[in-house]
Amino acid sequence: MAADFNWAVGGEAGDGIDSTGKIFAQALSRAGRHVFTSKDFASRIRGGYTAYKVRTSVDKVQSVVDRLDVLIALTPRTIEENLDELHEGSVIIYDGERTTMQDVEIPEGMIGLDVPLKSLAEEAGGAIMRNVVALGAACEVAEFPIENLDSALEKRFKDKGQKLVDNNKEAARAGQSYVADEYVHEFDYDLETTDEDYVLLNGDEAIGMGAIAAGCRFYAGYPITPATDVMTYLTGRIDRYGGHVVQAEDELSAINMALGAARGGARAMTATSGPGIDLMTETFGLIATSETPLVICNVMRSGPSTGMPTKQEQGDLNQMLYGGHGEVPRFVLAPTTIDECFWKTVEAFNLAEKYQLPVYLTADLSMAVTEQTFSPETFDMDEVEIDRGNVVDETTIDDHMSESGGFQPHEITDDGVSPRAFPGTADGAHMSTGLEHDEQGRRTEDTEMRVAQVDKRNRKVETAREREDWSPREFGDADADDLVITWGSNEGALAEAVEILDDEGQNVRVLSVPYIFPRPDLSADVEAAETTVVVECNEQGQFADLVEHDVLERVDRVNKYNGVRYKADELAAEIKSTLEAGVEA
Amino acid sequence: MSSEIRFTDFKSDKQPTWCPGCGDFGTMNGMMKALAETGNDPDNTFVVAGIGCSGKIGTYMHSYALHGVHGRALPVGTGVKMARPDIEVMVAGGDGDGYSIGAGHFVHAVRRNVDMTYVVMDNRIYGLTKGQASPTSREDFETSTSPEGPKQPPVNPHALALASGATFIAQSFSSDALRHQEIIQEAIEHDGFGFVNVYSPCVTFNDVDTYDYFRDSLVDLKEADHDPTDREAAKDVILDNEKEHQGVIYKDESSVPYHEQHGVDEDMSVIPDGAPEGATDLVREFY
Repeated sequence: MAADFNWAVGGEAGDGIDSTGKIFAQALSRAGRHVFTSKDFASRIRGGYTAYKVRTSVDKVQSVVDRLDVLIALTPRTIEENLDELHEGSVIIYDGERTTMQDVEIPEGMIGLDVPLKSLAEEAGGAIMRNVVALGAACEVAEFPIENLDSALEKRFKDKGQKLVDNNKEAARAGQSYVADEYVHEFDYDLETTDEDYVLLNGDEAIGMGAIAAGCRFYAGYPITPATDVMTYLTGRIDRYGGHVVQAEDELSAINMALGAARGGARAMTATSGPGIDLMTETFGLIATSETPLVICNVMRSGPSTGMPTKQEQGDLNQMLYGGHGEVPRFVLAPTTIDECFWKTVEAFNLAEKYQLPVYLTADLSMAVTEQTFSPETFDMDEVEIDRGNVVDETTIDDHMSESGGFQPHEITDDGVSPRAFPGTADGAHMSTGLEHDEQGRRTEDTEMRVAQVDKRNRKVETAREREDWSPREFGDADADDLVITWGSNEGALAEAVEILDDEGQNVRVLSVPYIFPRPDLSADVEAAETTVVVECNEQGQFADLVEHDVLERVDRVNKYNGVRYKADELAAEIKSTLEAGVEA
Repeated sequence: MSSEIRFTDFKSDKQPTWCPGCGDFGTMNGMMKALAETGNDPDNTFVVAGIGCSGKIGTYMHSYALHGVHGRALPVGTGVKMARPDIEVMVAGGDGDGYSIGAGHFVHAVRRNVDMTYVVMDNRIYGLTKGQASPTSREDFETSTSPEGPKQPPVNPHALALASGATFIAQSFSSDALRHQEIIQEAIEHDGFGFVNVYSPCVTFNDVDTYDYFRDSLVDLKEADHDPTDREAAKDVILDNEKEHQGVIYKDESSVPYHEQHGVDEDMSVIPDGAPEGATDLVREFY
């Protein structure tokens, strides 16, 4: 693998950290380099500490690492927060003229580049461009051609006029030449460019794009970190494809609006995070028992309660599997990579309609706010297939009428799937209800019909198990004695951890599971393995519990719940020590 | 088709389990007649019902319908109408559903001005749970959960609606069949959110707000000198706690419904077999 380069910009919330980082990431992506970004942020509008980190290589990068080569530090705290990642020779770009940075101490062995960011920005047209001056300086340090930055600046500012674009380009060059003039190159990063075309997007955006591709026409939601980006992505875009986004007054309303749209025949979705799922659970049973197809996206964050709203966790698995009173079938899909967020969203809509039930589509914070580069063909729209399941029209509805002439939306069938009629379909009028109902949807407490309807709903799950592919993704050494299982966004870090382990002579086989329910039967895999380790970002090992339940065998667990995602090197060490402990035991 | 439609087509084959004499019979009849009279039929109508005695209306009417969870009928109706502007949407619920558990949704549904009709069967009591105070119960109305009365002023739904920017506010009485139907009809025909509070007496648990009480006290705005397009006049009617009124209290004739405001006019149930045309543009945006 080619050498990677790790860069960050950090300061207070309100310092423009996000857009500065995004411009740099975009410049790298447009220069044909792979990019993987991550954010340190807090739940506040101003102050505190926030950072945007970029890892780049000409090869694919899919994890963060514990290393920082160049840091733009707008505050002293930015340096303190990153001491563990900075190393000998790391370059810290800062503005010594800034009051808070005057007495800043550059840690021993590191190179401090004192660049008058604000003054140079003012010369170029305005102090607001000081971060762009820093970007120019960073380009010089990394030997990254500044023309690549121009392209990203144009994308960012073109709507605000050419003058502003030119000023920003000038500001970048001021930073670049200041570094070139004032400092001798002691470093050799040489960020080469390639002819590859990449797109750069995060998990929330991939979910939003997947929804539009899948024909989702209606989205209702209530803003919540880290799911808000799904809504902001769809706003203005889904309209171009005949859809609409509503910002509801709360999550209770959002899911009921989505339910209404789905009853109207639209592909509908809502997205939220754990606290929103709590509220939406009120309506969950109704969706399931009325057999309404709906995609509920849960972008997980650290809980319980308000928890750590801007931190990573995979703690909602049980909530999605078991939330709500009574017993109702649901599917739970958990894409493990950003590109899979797109494809699993498409799949979620198809599954929801084919089996007429709610589908939880879950991502986690790390994946939601992380941007990664992909070739545009990864999202080939021609590959998108739409399956609406058993929808009847005026001509086919006659086969699904009761003896008394009423349409039967809950017809007892062999595969459990009943016909759907959208409003407006002649002779299809029927009521959907949360009450137990007969085949026509009319309330019943008849013991036989109750059992028949419960069995019918559960039969849909059995049908889906047989008809659909629920396989996990496999990588690592297929013949290795030890097995590592994971789900959700850990896959990227694990993929790189496997390479590290391989270098250290430790071979493992990996199964990354995007299906939580229904899920693949891993019995044979676990039984064949000497040791099985389940990796997840929660304390209780919720997925490990499921594996043990399925396999009837104990597994080892690697868990992280401090709010920070796994890093490849850290994860490799964790797995290694767990496997070694297993051997000793 | 509308000429062949009779209001009985909107009746399901289920016999209502409402108490004999319940105001909800009259409320429902008026709704069915108004729907038929405005050219709708069961297959192009969607009724959303809440929970409680009133919520059973979805069962007793014949149309596309959803009998939802308590208090969330308005959001469901909103979703149906946005997805299907071609479908007539009528939301029905009780005073508990609309002004207690669903009060938040009421305010925001009014603000959105989605082109649908909201009928609240207001009996000023919780009937199905056998007689507890409702948000519209009188301050001194004694119930099993308020032995000395709630000692709180009742919610004034019309005032709430007016303050939230309502474009159509009306009050009817289930027993005055003609006027009730006429008012519901006007709400259906209104371009926007047509809100009708219906006095729908509970003959079992409310011995104060009875048929006789309403018959004796109702002032019909049609016969009074009231101009419903005059917001100030509407305000005076709404804040007059001394009288009970029936009729259209307020109507904004320049109302612009949500779908026009936001350009939401497509039947969203129709989608292509693959990704929509031009979907690749979305990928390019990430370049």
